[in-house]
Amino acid sequence: MSSRLSKFVMIVVAFAAFSRYGSAQDNVFTGTEKGVDRIRVAAADFKPLSADSAALKATFDTVLYADLAQAGIFDLVSKSLLPQLTPGAPSEMNVTQWSVNPTNAAMVAFGSVGIKSGRLIVNGWLFDAKNTQYPQVLGKQYAEDANDNSAREIAHKFADEIILRLGGGIPGIAETKIVYVHGGSGSKEIWMMDYDGANPHPVTHLGTVSLSPRISPDNSRIAFSSLGREGFQIRVFSLLLNRMVAFPAAAGTNLSPAWSANGAQIAYSSSRSGDPEIWIADANGSGPRRVTSFRGPDVSPVWNPKTGSQIAWISGRTGLPQLYTMDADGAGVTRMTDGGYATSPSWSPNGQFLTFAWDRKYGPGAPGGQDIYVMEIATKRWIQLTHDTGRCDFPSWSPDGRHIVYASNAGGRWEIWTMLADGTQRHKLSANGANDMPNWSWK
Amino acid sequence: MIDTNLAATRVRRNALMALALGAMVLSGCHKKASAPPPAPLPSTATESVPTATLTADPASIDLGQSAVLNWRTQGATTVSIDGIGNVNLNGTQTVTPSASTNFHLVAKNDAGGTTEANVRVTVRVPVAPTADTSNQGDMGPEAEFHRNVQDVFFDYDSYDLRADAAASAQRAASYLAAHPAIKIVIGGYCDERGSAEYNLALGENRANAAENALVGAGVSPTRMRVISYGKEKQFCTEQNEACYQQNRRAQFSLDR
Repeated sequence: MSSRLSKFVMIVVAFAAFSRYGSAQDNVFTGTEKGVDRIRVAAADFKPLSADSAALKATFDTVLYADLAQAGIFDLVSKSLLPQLTPGAPSEMNVTQWSVNPTNAAMVAFGSVGIKSGRLIVNGWLFDAKNTQYPQVLGKQYAEDANDNSAREIAHKFADEIILRLGGGIPGIAETKIVYVHGGSGSKEIWMMDYDGANPHPVTHLGTVSLSPRISPDNSRIAFSSLGREGFQIRVFSLLLNRMVAFPAAAGTNLSPAWSANGAQIAYSSSRSGDPEIWIADANGSGPRRVTSFRGPDVSPVWNPKTGSQIAWISGRTGLPQLYTMDADGAGVTRMTDGGYATSPSWSPNGQFLTFAWDRKYGPGAPGGQDIYVMEIATKRWIQLTHDTGRCDFPSWSPDGRHIVYASNAGGRWEIWTMLADGTQRHKLSANGANDMPNWSWK
Repeated sequence: MIDTNLAATRVRRNALMALALGAMVLSGCHKKASAPPPAPLPSTATESVPTATLTADPASIDLGQSAVLNWRTQGATTVSIDGIGNVNLNGTQTVTPSASTNFHLVAKNDAGGTTEANVRVTVRVPVAPTADTSNQGDMGPEAEFHRNVQDVFFDYDSYDLRADAAASAQRAASYLAAHPAIKIVIGGYCDERGSAEYNLALGENRANAAENALVGAGVSPTRMRVISYGKEKQFCTEQNEACYQQNRRAQFSLDR
């Protein structure tokens, strides 16, 4: 690896692992984050306040631990290194027991889980283990219906509170969702699951091929493309009404919708003019206008979520598909990739990076494969995130910018995977195959 | 090491595909089985009158082609077909009429009972585009359509018509000109490599290229509909170039 590249690796790693010192102001190019250790956090098993809460407590402990481990900003202490204690309240907490070896935690999360008259009551605290005098950083109480799903939700909420406090003010993603395509017998439907792969469930029941789901910035609607008698059309499902809502059909093939950051506009590919071009319409489909005009496939637009005024997309105008950026009015077209076969861009929440799928040596018998890459837009420098793990496609950035969800056929079946934005901590979210085209919700 | 893994993956995938293919074949068989069985022949109770059926397959042919007559009788002693003469009680006969013909079968028995059966073999004579309008409702059988309007195949990641494709577009155009009632759907397809969204756009370009070739050859665009299927409806599911080529096509089908 060249030194230039390794420097860029460091930059991306630093970007992915914003510490409490890192923030948007602390420019990723300075490299000042180098060498900053991740905060060492201990997540104690919570104390059961009643015998009947044991099962829900187990769920809560597991989910909270997983959320903090997935956050990508903590050095989470292994459970085997924790003291054999379950402090259920600040009065039962002695932080020095947690700050000494082998636990050696900087922060410790603890609390209690109980069931009172059908309600699941969770008290959670976050203590600074090195501050014996005023250790409390956070104290929260939650009350929900006593069921397994509530235990998961509460754990997600508490984890997000901790991540918000310790993660440079960037909200956590433990309460976010992922929409994706799940193939069945002859059809493909839009499905949704929690960010950690829990609760997978179908959203549409259209009995046809539906692709490219994109959730709106306010989480109220899912736009996607669906095969009808006249070919692929943009369709919209309302998560509030729990049914399809109107989006006008157009001639030709209409594909890959993308919400603008304010939710007011949808960019998509339409061939109504006889050639697939990028079009922009209002969110209800009215006022469509063409943005590109160049012979060849133009598809997969995505807005710059930071500015809302640029679009990255894939164009085959010079042959194999390449990654381009332009202003939302079609001016300032810039080619980003220098060859190969590039598809499926997703724009980072801070507007500085694009992630996309790239097969750099495309062609029959060519070495390598389709992998996930991240490119810094200002410099066009890139880094490869996946290596030799089957074909990878459809990366989608998490709202905190620290994670990327994508689809891969590693292991022979197409599944949804997630990783940190530096390519580490890869793990599979879905099971049973035929899962594709994930899209991370905006919050 | 990597190669071995790839090979293993491929084998597994092929096994899956074989399963899927098997399932498709099975379901295909099932469909055929559900077709109505041939009507049982009436019993011999009505001995005084024989029974006879006469069919032709196919019922309509192009000039110079053949059709097979097939007849079945019961309770008859002599059977004759006009233009052929006396024939067996049950049998088949290949005929090559030069014009549309009514075949008339007469079955007689000793008691003097007589039964007749008829079948018409339609012969389509090639006509100029401006020919008689009585032909307009005749879309012709699917097989004939596909013989004349052949799928157009494309190079890897290309939507430019090859030389062979241009020739077959010309032939398709003259067939469509002779059958003005036919409307067609042009489906754009891609092989399984590449990315789904881009392939759908590429398939659209392929189908449009085929449509433009037909428009250039004089077919009205109002008779054609273009749908891109990308790699969502694979025709061939093996992982080799022959199969990929099968999938990289613009496919013509009758728009019903």
